[in-house]
Amino acid sequence: MSEARGVVAGHGEFAAGLVSAVDAITGCGAILVPLQVRGLCGDDILALLRETLVATGCRVIFTDLQAGSCTMAARRLLREHGEVTLVAGANLPMLLEFVLSSLDNPNAAAVAAAERGRNAVSVVGAQE
Amino acid sequence: MTLLLNRIDDRLIHGQVVVGWGQPLNVRFIVLVDDDVAESDWEQDLYRAGVPPEMEVMFHTVEDAAAALAGYRADSRAGLLVTGSIASMRSLVADGDVRDVNVGGIHHRRGRTQHLRYVFLTDQERAALRELQSLGAVVTAQDVPATKPVPLPELLLAREGA
Repeated sequence: MSEARGVVAGHGEFAAGLVSAVDAITGCGAILVPLQVRGLCGDDILALLRETLVATGCRVIFTDLQAGSCTMAARRLLREHGEVTLVAGANLPMLLEFVLSSLDNPNAAAVAAAERGRNAVSVVGAQE
Repeated sequence: MTLLLNRIDDRLIHGQVVVGWGQPLNVRFIVLVDDDVAESDWEQDLYRAGVPPEMEVMFHTVEDAAAALAGYRADSRAGLLVTGSIASMRSLVADGDVRDVNVGGIHHRRGRTQHLRYVFLTDQERAALRELQSLGAVVTAQDVPATKPVPLPELLLAREGA
């Protein structure tokens, strides 16, 4: 097993970009495994997620869009693995919170990270 | 409005469909034609959970979809039709009066050759796309609205990742 505790998956370079940013800020990028799914069908995304969880021991998956293929695949995986936590709508503050939290219980850390990410959005400046 | 896009996409409903096409076209319903999904309440709940509340999803088997399409075309809202395979779309071209087919995503699988970043085809699938055209449909490949549609002859000649 690796030190990884969470998998990040999404469109384009979403996962690699976010994990790169986490590493630049905290040096803890290795806690997250970025997945590249471009060109894969839904079944292959599911297989890749499943293999990654087995290989790393991760039980937390962060994805980008509610309707995204990675989210769909992860929700299917949750049917097989009740111990897995999925957080859809991931952002950088959320992942920073996750890697900097006590990872004795990654699932609980994911819930707390989701709350941090949800509250980290602000709008500044002129508004109608 | 009507069905604005008749799309073949093996990922069915996902980001490109809901956001990439759905937002600029102001789509309010998606007709998903897939036998497995039509027979599974769990799969239907999964796809419904992925779309925004203002967007409705209707599910059909391939067999019953063709007869339902006229009603969807008469709907005052903007809609999209999605099938997961060329074979399913063939039924709708032959029996459901579909005249424009968007190849939106046929992804990597063993035995397929890459044509575009998002289109991989076997020999049989190449023949099946030609058949759609011979049945009277205009077939183009286009993953998202911002990219240029690729006509079928150009799609079949294209080779990427070789």
